[in-house]
This record gives sequence, C-alpha cells and structure tokens, in this order.
Amino acid sequence: MPYRLTINGETREIDADGDTPLLWALRDILGMTGTKFGCGAGLCGCCTVHIDGVAIRACQTPIDSVGTAGIVTVEGVDRTDAGRFVQQAWIDLEVVQCGYCQPGQIMSAAALLAGNPDPSDGEIDEAMSGNLCRCGTYSRIRDAIRHAAHLAKPAMETAQ
Amino acid sequence: MTTPATRPGHGPSRRTVLSAGIAVGGGLLVGVPLAAPVLSKSGPVDFAPNAFIRIARNGTVTLTMPYVEMGQGTYTSVPMLIAEELEVPLAAVTLEHAPADDMLYRNPIMGAQETDGSLSMRAAWEPMRRAGATARTMLIAAAAAEWRVDAAECRAAEGFVVHDRTRRRIAYGDLAERAATLPIPPQVTLKDAAAFTLIGRPQKRLDSADKINGTAIFGMDVRLPGMKIAAVMASPVLGGRIASLDDREARRVTGVRSVVRLDDAVAVVADHWAAAKKALDTMVVTWDDGPNAGFSTARLKGELDAASQRDGVVGDEAGDEAGAFASAARRAEAVYRLPLLAHAAMEPLNCTVHLHGGRCDVWVGTQAASRAQAAAAAAAGLQQDRVTIHNQYLGGSFGRRAETDNIVQAVSIARRLDHPVKVVWSREEDTQHDFYRPAYHNTLRAGLDRDGRVTSWFHRIVGPSPLARWLPPAVQNGLDPDAVTSATGPYQFPNRHVDYVRHEEHAFRSGFWRGVGTTHNVFVVESFIDELAAASGVDPLEFRRRHLRDDPRLRAVLDLAAEKSAWGEPLPPGSGRGISLLQDFGGTILAQIAEVSVHDGGSLRVGRVTSVVDCGKLVNPDTVIAQIQGGVIFGLSAALYGQITFSEGRVEQGNFDSYAAVRMDEAPRVAVHLIESGEAPFGVGESGTSGIAPAVANAVYAATGNRVRNLPITSDR
Ligand code: FES
Ligand code: FES
Repeated sequence: MPYRLTINGETREIDADGDTPLLWALRDILGMTGTKFGCGAGLCGCCTVHIDGVAIRACQTPIDSVGTAGIVTVEGVDRTDAGRFVQQAWIDLEVVQCGYCQPGQIMSAAALLAGNPDPSDGEIDEAMSGNLCRCGTYSRIRDAIRHAAHLAKPAMETAQ
Repeated sequence: MTTPATRPGHGPSRRTVLSAGIAVGGGLLVGVPLAAPVLSKSGPVDFAPNAFIRIARNGTVTLTMPYVEMGQGTYTSVPMLIAEELEVPLAAVTLEHAPADDMLYRNPIMGAQETDGSLSMRAAWEPMRRAGATARTMLIAAAAAEWRVDAAECRAAEGFVVHDRTRRRIAYGDLAERAATLPIPPQVTLKDAAAFTLIGRPQKRLDSADKINGTAIFGMDVRLPGMKIAAVMASPVLGGRIASLDDREARRVTGVRSVVRLDDAVAVVADHWAAAKKALDTMVVTWDDGPNAGFSTARLKGELDAASQRDGVVGDEAGDEAGAFASAARRAEAVYRLPLLAHAAMEPLNCTVHLHGGRCDVWVGTQAASRAQAAAAAAAGLQQDRVTIHNQYLGGSFGRRAETDNIVQAVSIARRLDHPVKVVWSREEDTQHDFYRPAYHNTLRAGLDRDGRVTSWFHRIVGPSPLARWLPPAVQNGLDPDAVTSATGPYQFPNRHVDYVRHEEHAFRSGFWRGVGTTHNVFVVESFIDELAAASGVDPLEFRRRHLRDDPRLRAVLDLAAEKSAWGEPLPPGSGRGISLLQDFGGTILAQIAEVSVHDGGSLRVGRVTSVVDCGKLVNPDTVIAQIQGGVIFGLSAALYGQITFSEGRVEQGNFDSYAAVRMDEAPRVAVHLIESGEAPFGVGESGTSGIAPAVANAVYAATGNRVRNLPITSDR
C-alpha cells in the first residue's frame, strides 16, 4: 500500500515499508537527491527538510509519520520568501565551499527566518548548531542569516 | 553548469601528444606539455588548442578542469587563470570534470592527476595562463587572416577579437573553425600583471548556484537506469575475514535484492539504501579477526614510545646540538603526542559502478582520477583503458578521497551483479575504515643562553610514512620529507638536530590529512617555542621575532598579526591569547592569534581568531579568506575533539557523537588579513588547519598556566 506524501506542493506516491526514513524515500525512490545523507542519526543536519514549516531531520522521520503534512525540500524552498532570501544571501556572502552540507544549512536557516525574522546570535546558534559543516563555513552562515533577515525586511514591510 | 566530460577524440588526442610532442606549456616546476588539440572525427570542428579549452562554433567556451572541486574554490580560481589570458568573461564559461588521463591532466608537481598538497594553484599558475594565452593568440591570428591585417593590430576582449582602426570585431565562436586549422604557436606572451582584470579581484564562485538549490551532483547523488543501492559492512578489524554469515532475515526485508559476500566485507543490495541498511543490521556475522585482533591505543602508544628511543634518520642538522645543549645556561625538554585522526568529510564515501561488455564505468568523487582508474581496472580484471572514471563533485575530502579502497570494494561488489550498483558507506563505516592521520610521538629538547636565545634545538619525530606508500621515490634513505617538514618552524637555530624514526603499524592504514606533516609539526614546534619563551620570561611574540629566519615576509606577517589582534592588551581573568606562526612548503606564511577563555568547570571557549596570511600572489582573495576560515574550524575540531582510538583491534568512534566536530555555537569568528607578495601564488588549503591547534593550546597556557602537550586538548586538561 503506497504512501502518499505532499512534497513541494505535489502529491507523490512511495511504495516502501512505513519505517523507511523520509531521507531515503526522497533520494532513492523519488530521485530527489538535493537532500543529503551525512550521518543517518540526527547528528549532522544534512538531511534537513521542512514539515509544515518546521525544520526536521529526514533521516529520523519515517514516511508513515508524515501523514498529510506538507514537505518542502531544498528543491522547492525557493517558493518560500524566507528560502529565496536565504539562497540569495548565501550567494551574496559566498558561503559555499564543498557544498554538501549547504542544502541542510539552507533549510534550517529558512525555517528559522520564517518563524523569527530578526534572530539574535543565541537564536541563530540554537537553530543552526544541529547542522555540521566540515568545511567550516559557520561564520559566513551566521553573517548570511543576518543578511537574509535584512533582505527580507522591505519585503515584509510591503506585505504588512 | 557542470557536465560530465565526454571526449570522443580522447584516444587520438593522446597519440597526437606523443607523436607531435607539442610542448606548449613548459611547466613552471616540471615541464608538462599541454596536450594537443582534441580532434573530433565528425561534425563541425570546435577550436580546442589544448586539453583544457574548447570553443564551439556557437561561441560556447568549455573549460576542462584537471583539478577537482572539494570546497577549496579550484572551480573558480583555475578558470580565472584561463579566462584572464583568453579574455572571456568568467560567467560565460562552462566547466567539465576531466576524465582520468595522466598524460593530459597530470599535476605537474605531483606528476599524476591529483588534487592535493595545496598544490593546485602553484601547479596551475603558469600552465593554465599559457593555455589561455595560446588560444587567444590563435584566435587573434585567425581574425587577422580573415581581415588581412597584421595580428599585432588586433586585440582580444570579452570573447571577441577587435581591430580598433577599422572598428571591426568577430566573436570567438565565428573564429573557431579557422583557428582550429592554425598551427599552435610555440611561444606566446602572457599578460603583464598590471593588466589583469580578473586575477587578484574577488570573483563569485562558479559552483555556488547549483550547490544551494540541490542540483549539484556529488558522487552520492549519481543515479543510473537499473541501478540498485548497497550498504556495506567491512571487517571491524583490519585484515579480518568473514568466518560465518547468517543472512536469512536480511533477505526477507522488503526491497532487498541480493547479499554479496566478499572475503572481508558483506554488502546488501536493495532498491534503496534504507532497505539495504536495515537488512545489513539484521545480519549475523562472525568475524575471524586475524593478527590485529589485540591491537589497542595503549599498545600503539607503547610502541611509539619505544621507537622514540632509537636514533632516527637525520632530516636537518647544523652545528653541534649535543654540545650546545650540554653547555646551555637553561635547558628544556618535552614529549608531545598527537592522536590518530579521521577525515570525516561531510559526504560519506560511496562509489557507483557499472560493469558491462568488458568495460567498467565508475562514478565517484576522487582527488586522484588516474589512480582511481588503475585501481578499478585491477579490481575488475580489465585493462586500464577499459575503465572510465566519471568524476563528481566531492562533498569534502581532506585527503581521504585520494585513496581508492571504496572504489576497489564497489567494483568487487559490482562483479557479482548484473546491474549498476551504488555502494554507500554509513557514517560509522566511514569513520572506522579510514586512512588515519598518523599518531606521532615527538621528543624535543632545547638549550637557551642567559639572554633567552635558543642555542640548540633537537626534535625527534616518530610515526609512519604515508608518503612512502603513496610516492615511494619521495622517500630517500628512509627519510620522509613530509614527516620532518617545518620541524624547526620559520626559525633559525645555530645548533640543531632533527631526525625521523619510521614506525609502521599493520592494524590500521594511515594517509594524508589536510597537510599531514605540517599539521603535526606546527603544533609541536609552536607549542615548544612557547615553552621556551615562558622559560626565558620573554613575551611569546617577541621571542618568535628574535628567532625568525632572516626573511622580511615573516616579520611583516608577525607584525601585522600583533597589530590586528591587539597583542599585549589586557584580557579578563581566565582568558588568554596564544600565537602560532608557520611557513608551509616554503611558501605560504600564516600567523594566527587565538583568544580563549577557560570557565570554572574547565570548559574552554575559543573567542576571536586573528589570521594574517601571505600566500604570494592572490588569485581570488575571497577564496583565500574562506580557506583560512574553514581551515581554522577543521583544525579546531581536531584540536578540541579529534582522536581515533582502538580497542581489540576495533575503532571505538563511529558517528558524530563519538567523533565530534565544532558546531556553530562553538565556532569562533575568524578575521583574516591578507598580505600580497611575490609574483606567483602559493596554496592555502592546508595552512589554516595547521596553525590553530598551537594558537589555542598556547592561549590555554596563557589563561591557565597549563601546558597542552597531548591532543586533543579536551583529553589533556
Ligand atoms: S543525515 Fe540526518 S541528521 Fe545527519
Ligand atoms: S560546505 Fe562542505 S561541509 Fe559545509
């Protein structure tokens, strides 16, 4: 009995055991390889996606636990305002090195900014410390999150 | 933007190189011929004056990258060198990964197709500019012939050849066909540095866009029709074998296709990795551990300690060290020990293989494509020219992806299957089957005179030699030059003795790790020099300045570091500043100053880090800054947490809970200041990593009075 998941606004069918982690359903069954595998244990954040706007680790999320909630992956995050600003900030500040952790970083940062348009240092640390970067791009990530918050300001003001 | 390189004219081009022997390049260090045109047998002729540049008739400029991108920015800085001379906008070029071919794509310093040793920029500097200049010269010649004017009256700009007098211009694409018929000029003129428009100016990385939207393809992301995915478990003890195996439950897991048993590993092949891993976890395997069953970290330490009693092969000697030490006014002695380190690149190892019709296709991110090709060929039982390496983006590497064990294993698994397979290691598998940065034992002693000047310096280094395995001719008379590199730091000591005792272990494999020799020697030398400063009662920065080799670049870096870090200004109690200074491979100079605070419970916080770097000529300044910033974090992870330990032959660490790395909440702000000097660039990929451990350890001493002589720091306090 296939599971039906809503991913980036589309309904997708996944024929696999219910305990299959969402990460592998995305990567190996649906071919959406933007979401990365780094540890498989909730320790690195490479697999971060949004479920109903909340950043979660896809390697720790069985497909039978998702239900009708909306999943957003890095392939679709540019459809959210926060996602677009974060991606722009990442380019503006040249955050990327090897890039392998960056989809997860971007998903964590986008979820943070969507819920908190002006995070403090402590709030950035809290939201981002689950995302490892072995290339060590942390200080640029921190600056890029601030920059994205800044980019978002005019947009938010017009929206109000 | 990156497409796999397909090069139908590959074979002919190799023959052309050999027969015509066209040596356009004339390498800076070791002459490497830039390969001759790739002649496509059918279709319209592209202009391809060498193996790196192809200009199609529609104007597309494609650059084939012989150095791989693993985060260090090569995919931007090397195209900058070509584009500078070729006179094309950087944003207009398309990049391809080079196929495996030592003849076409070897690194002129290493002599093989490798990206390592922070050498890409040094190796690429002249040949890549020459490649661009050759193409530019030929395009100008083609336009001059078309217009019937003197080539000297024409210039190239923004992808066009321009004739100012008659205000004519032709796009490169329109010149491609004619240029392809022209002879390759034996001599070309490189641009004067003053005329550079790209080199030295910050350029956006060309690989960023694909890496932030999930479209960049790493080895992990390769997908092929009919491909299945394997999870693998190798013997936890090196040299162990499978004694018995019960896979009945594994085969019942939904999605499992087959179980492949090798001598020293078992793999489950399934529709997706989750099924493969779930099945693997149900497997009951009994191992015959073999001769390394009893190996432990305690045994390793004992063996290194014992080996340190032997005399080593002399690496550097001057004056009379023993005599000067015996008669010194003050003496200091210390033993420093460094642990084994894993690479823990963010992308776990993986490799995709398709064996079909007597051919072997391999998709993998590798630092050494031609080694990968040879290893795959041997494992597949094929000639090397039957193997194609499709190189991919590397999700970090730090030396790990120069090895080929994952490729050999994946080919061995694929030989038992009739479909393509992607073998993906778990994080634990990656940590436990690494080629570790060696553990080293260091004995130091130094003599000082009454004025606090070092009169004698002795350093004995004990450890294995990854270089002897990698490049045997580099180790002459038992001396591993990498093991003793930087063993006296950037200092001048009148009486000195450096020796090296090679000690190999068979219970694990050792390899390169983001600057092997430097990572360990810089820590040892910069810590011990700090001890000597303290023993003399001299400020550590001033003490270094007094002992520097006579080189104004060293002095300039040290002085700027002092200024930028506010060296000497008071810090709150429980805080301290520490400094390190290094010169890598005789090139890049880096000073780092770290501020730490040690809190009541002994918990350590690294605050500000100030780095001053002189890496010669700057190509892409922001990439240099990023490499130093990243190198600091990588080195700090190792300094604070990094250690691989063994018990009963098995690695005790597995995932990021037991092999920890620095996270955002502990990441210091790293200010990087650049000094430009000289004509040619030096590498920076490894320097930042080497300098941070001693800077932090010396800051810990300044804050607490406790000297760190063993890493990681958290194990030594
Ligand atoms: S792969 Fe999910 S947290 Fe690391
Ligand atoms: S950019 Fe390489 S791991 Fe973060």
